[in-house]
Amino acid sequence: MWAFTLRRLLYAVPVLLGVSMLVFALIHLAPGDVVDILVPPEVPKEIADSLRQRFHLDEQLYVQYVAWLGRLMVGDFGVSFFTGRPVAEELFGALGNTLVLALPAAVLGFLLGIALGALAAYNHGTWLDKLFSATAIIGVSLPHYWVGIVLVAIFAVVLNLLPAQGMGFEGLPTSWEHVQHLVLPVVTLSLIPMGVISRLVRANVLEILSQEFVGTLHAKGLFSRRVLYHTLKNAAPSALALMGLQFGYLLGGSILVETVFNWPGSGGLMNLAIFRRDVPVLSATIVVLAAIFVVINILVDVLQALLDPRMRR
Amino acid sequence: MEDSATLAADPAMALKRAQQGKSYWRRVWERLREDKVTLAVIAVLGMLLIMVVFAPWFTIHDPYAGSVLRRLKPVGTPGHWLGTDEVGRDLWSRMLYGGRLSLLAGVAPVFLALLIGGFLGILAGYAGGLLNSAVMRLTDVLYAFPSILLAIAITGILGAGLQNTILALTISFIPPIIRISESVTTQVRHLDFVEAARASGARRLTIMRYHILSNVLGPILVYATSLISICIILAAGLSFLGLGVTPPSAEWGLMLNNLRQGIWASPLVAALPGVMIFITSMCFNLMSDGLRQAMDVRL
Repeated sequence: MWAFTLRRLLYAVPVLLGVSMLVFALIHLAPGDVVDILVPPEVPKEIADSLRQRFHLDEQLYVQYVAWLGRLMVGDFGVSFFTGRPVAEELFGALGNTLVLALPAAVLGFLLGIALGALAAYNHGTWLDKLFSATAIIGVSLPHYWVGIVLVAIFAVVLNLLPAQGMGFEGLPTSWEHVQHLVLPVVTLSLIPMGVISRLVRANVLEILSQEFVGTLHAKGLFSRRVLYHTLKNAAPSALALMGLQFGYLLGGSILVETVFNWPGSGGLMNLAIFRRDVPVLSATIVVLAAIFVVINILVDVLQALLDPRMRR
Repeated sequence: MEDSATLAADPAMALKRAQQGKSYWRRVWERLREDKVTLAVIAVLGMLLIMVVFAPWFTIHDPYAGSVLRRLKPVGTPGHWLGTDEVGRDLWSRMLYGGRLSLLAGVAPVFLALLIGGFLGILAGYAGGLLNSAVMRLTDVLYAFPSILLAIAITGILGAGLQNTILALTISFIPPIIRISESVTTQVRHLDFVEAARASGARRLTIMRYHILSNVLGPILVYATSLISICIILAAGLSFLGLGVTPPSAEWGLMLNNLRQGIWASPLVAALPGVMIFITSMCFNLMSDGLRQAMDVRL
């Protein structure tokens, strides 16, 4: 088991190196360099060139890449062009805010998804199955940024029950007012994981229920609750893998929902960085989000291997 | 001898054998014909496609001609039955014209990713060895990004526009298609009939064409159709963020963003582009489910 974990961790190294190369290449593929973005066109060429020298932009690309990678490794993400604050400070604050959204959204989406999927499978062919399956397919087909707008229109504008925008104040929710800010974005974000997990759980449970060992368990006189336990245990590994992926999507893909709700998270930060052409913030955000996604995938693999020894190949 | 006699005597088995005699695609078509939901969904998508492509036949107003005098008219306004948008342009016209770009940006990336990713995946799965390792390790790097993050990173850095949207989404969907194609091909490659073909002296290209392709294309195609619904939502999402199609083009995500401020004045009108994204994406999801069942594919 330890060997498996170590192997997975080691394999992450080349993947992350590839990620950093890709991000670096993308940024340097964009037309114009950083100085063109920062300096107005009427500024004399000598000043622009001296700036290029100062930022080491006149050096070979691979030299620039190695220097950038070296700084990333020691946690030095540079300074924001726009605010002048260290990128690490801005990024980790924003990531914390995204986590405040993503965690409850994941818990809500996964619990609902498992419940709906398992109930649909156990009531296979009945109207309950049809209702829950329809809910799941609607969940995966809805553009969630649109759902956010509709929820704001209903609950903030018409009913005036919940705040439409923002986080209240940053940090962990401590008061009822703070929690109120969470409700709409969390519900919006939980829709996709709910639909995706529910569809997988339904398919998995149906398949397991059709297998011979379930009949044997019934024949042995086990209560249906024990059978349910065995079914869920068999359905768990693949559901777990999907949940890990979905959690990664919630963290990395929250940009749309964060934009709708003006949430000061990592997605919102990335959106700002794109429009301000704030290259240090943008590159650091992409690399860190991808690194988190890789780590989540490793955790999922290890957990899966713990649950199902066949995975430890 | 006795076995075949009992088999022939059993009508259920005889029927099954007769059915097995039919070609695969004939059985797929028979199953599809029974599936009312999938047929209805395909009809809806077909209708949508016709209305979008021949938009001038179904509209009377210019989708780009606005007037300050008739801004944000509600649904049911005489002459503008779906109302007007924030600069007074007819919403029905914009919805139909907007469907052109939305459908293009939703379908083209999956199609391109299917061509590129399918080719690389099948090649990697069939060749195995070093080529497989090279393709799959590169895929792992792209896989380290959640697809929306990769698409946003690419359009964010290269700039907005339809071309960059299609490019970004194509790159985002190549890795999952490579993975599926590679795994399906590897499975088929190790089946007995491929071994038999090889042992009987069939050439590599022949094996690839007759034995591998015919068995892997179904699952890969079904998987790709399931990506279209995600791609439509993401493409509209990029425009919604201002990273996709640029104004004044009509596109559902962009319209949704522009109408956001109008949600207080005319909530139904502001919600309509989102309804179109939802209906289209759901139709593609249901179609993909129907195809998966009809083609008896498990992924």
